[in-house]
Amino acid sequence: MSATSTAASPASRLDEPESPLARLTAEQIEELGREFDAIHDEVYADLGERDARYIRATIKLHRQLVLAARALLLGSSYEPAWLAGTASLSLAKILENMEIGHNVMHGQWDWMNDPDINSQAWDWDTASPADAWRHSHNYEHHTFTNIRGKDRDLGYEIMRVDPHQRWHPVYLFQPLYNLLLMGFFEWGVAVHDLNRGAIHSGEKSKEQVLDELKAIGVKARRQIVKDYIAFPALAAGAAFASSRGSAESAKRSFKTTVAANFTANIVRNVWAYSIIFCGHFPDQTYTFAEAEVADETRGGWYVRQLLGAANIDGGPLFHLLAGNLSFQVEHHLYPDMPSSRYAEIAPRVRDICRRYGLPYNTGPLHKQLGTVHRTILRLAFPGGKVRPKPGAYEPERL
Amino acid sequence: MSAGRRRALKLVGSFTSPLLPDDYLELVNPLWSTRELRGRIERVERETPDAVTVLIKPGWEWPGHLPGQYVRLGIEVDGVHHWRAYSLTSDPDRRDGCIAITPKLVDGGKVSPFLFSRVRPGAIVRLGGVEGTFVLPEELPERLLFVSAGSGVTPVMSMLRALAGRGQLRDVVHIHSARTAEQVIFSRELRELHSGENGYSLHEQLTGEQGRVAPGHLDELCPDWRERETFLCGPSSLLEAMRGRWAQDGHPERLHVEHFQPDEHLLDELSPGQRGAGGTVRFRSSGIEVDSDGSQSILACGEAAGAELPFGCRMGICHTCVGRLRSGRVRDLRTGRVHGQPGEMLQTCVNAPEGAIELDL
Repeated sequence: MSATSTAASPASRLDEPESPLARLTAEQIEELGREFDAIHDEVYADLGERDARYIRATIKLHRQLVLAARALLLGSSYEPAWLAGTASLSLAKILENMEIGHNVMHGQWDWMNDPDINSQAWDWDTASPADAWRHSHNYEHHTFTNIRGKDRDLGYEIMRVDPHQRWHPVYLFQPLYNLLLMGFFEWGVAVHDLNRGAIHSGEKSKEQVLDELKAIGVKARRQIVKDYIAFPALAAGAAFASSRGSAESAKRSFKTTVAANFTANIVRNVWAYSIIFCGHFPDQTYTFAEAEVADETRGGWYVRQLLGAANIDGGPLFHLLAGNLSFQVEHHLYPDMPSSRYAEIAPRVRDICRRYGLPYNTGPLHKQLGTVHRTILRLAFPGGKVRPKPGAYEPERL
Repeated sequence: MSAGRRRALKLVGSFTSPLLPDDYLELVNPLWSTRELRGRIERVERETPDAVTVLIKPGWEWPGHLPGQYVRLGIEVDGVHHWRAYSLTSDPDRRDGCIAITPKLVDGGKVSPFLFSRVRPGAIVRLGGVEGTFVLPEELPERLLFVSAGSGVTPVMSMLRALAGRGQLRDVVHIHSARTAEQVIFSRELRELHSGENGYSLHEQLTGEQGRVAPGHLDELCPDWRERETFLCGPSSLLEAMRGRWAQDGHPERLHVEHFQPDEHLLDELSPGQRGAGGTVRFRSSGIEVDSDGSQSILACGEAAGAELPFGCRMGICHTCVGRLRSGRVRDLRTGRVHGQPGEMLQTCVNAPEGAIELDL
């Protein structure tokens, strides 16, 4: 591997930590690649009815939550119903986006050959059109993970989250628009695939950009009609009928339903943002220069995924609501493996980390999220150093 | 679908987007789906040691079928969804509204062993299109001849049941072959029809003892075979032999042949003459390159090389496995025909490369 050559002058200015990649011999990296491949093959050979039942049950749970939420919100002018309805709608949207949508669209369930639960057929309850997201996420982000200049998910082209990124005065505002992105994350994701860089460089034709904008428009219109017109109108109609024709209570119901749906969307956005930002931006994670990963082998790719991602500790319910992206490390090693299997293989991944002297990045949500926001604040200003990295994984430390 | 209903669905759909109203309706009853046609397995009945009849209650949008047609059945086995095509064996006018298929157990198969011993009543299946041109003419001919062998009796059974139900078994000769007496599917019902008050007469040929029905036997078993509208279904050796006789000294236009055989090993039965030279397949999305010796389909050799490919019925019916051909020519394993133009959508399950090809898959 050519990793050692990059510890040259510009990197040392940032107190570049030694990449664990550089410590491994080419033979070790090959062997490690074989070990990671073996885990994937074993799990794929074992996939079956248990897994199919899991995803179907999760999809069913989502639909039941939606029905319950929408029913409760017909009485949204009554405060307890508003609270309960908004809570279940938030949960439903979180479950649908994270554990179902993200993972189905990754192709994690394509092995089932099901015509509906299928990466090509699925669409999710968010502003981002499925096709566009699959391209920017499945292909770009998962192939070029954490390679500076190639992985557009590093700061999403609007933020400086890595000290290697050149500072620009616009980043002074990033603490502010970081908050906006948190609240309106789904819209940020929707426009992300337009790929500003490619538009400026002319890599993307005007027609293509227009087509993509149109797709976003169609999807956005459906989302807006559903949450801010159709359901509020239905609630207003119900209130009008049950109050024997009071326009006042109809208006009130319309407004409280709009508020409920808006709140649920924001709750989902903040949650999704938080889980996803904890995936690659906590202090523990490494980023890579293009030269560092030139001629990367399969084993090298695994090591990069391992170093570039970070997990979040939590219980089964937390992992479910995080779409198992709290196993971001396992997800990046095996993007197409059913998410329900990540928890099962995690001990084996940690064992590989231990034996090869590699870190296994993880931490509680508050700690991971805390370091992410600290980085965003610090790097709004010029300068900044690469944060210190944890050493090799040691079992007793967890 | 009527315009009114489409508009209503669209309106309701604005509440459920990106899902469809059906996705919620199916929480109540999985058969209430307009997204796709479904059915519920009601009963599985053993016909012979290696054939079962599966009775399925279709959803209310079931379009019905003509006797002799087949249905594509989608079923999940060990978490993986499979498409298979089966002849419908039921009378389309069954009073309970059920449809029936009668699969034969294929050793080493995926779906038939499941239907045979593991599927439980209440299981939901997908119903793809009803297809097939192996059907009785609209104007019923005076005299009919059925020649069937093994599970080739399945489409014939639907015709016989329909004819019996309508009192139209006026002058029907049926020559059916099976290896042993216990392997005769629908044996009781066929014998009952034979001894009933109608114009149906059955000749059972037990090939284990009596040998196969040869084209030469026709004159003895059914002397007026030339005058009869004939329906033929069975293994390809039987089809070839009989077709030759009709071509030589019969009226080929009176012979109707079912090419489709619900056999999971269909492609293994091809005669060597239909196998081409083979070649290299390049799958562009994965970059995988693999050689086929000409007997293996593009799909089979791709999967063996580890490519993730869409697949469906694996017998050239459902078009789930299609991919765009970028360059090269292919040979249809069913017919031996060499074809393929750049940009054409190809079924990977029934085509083998004929020289080097590239696919957008």
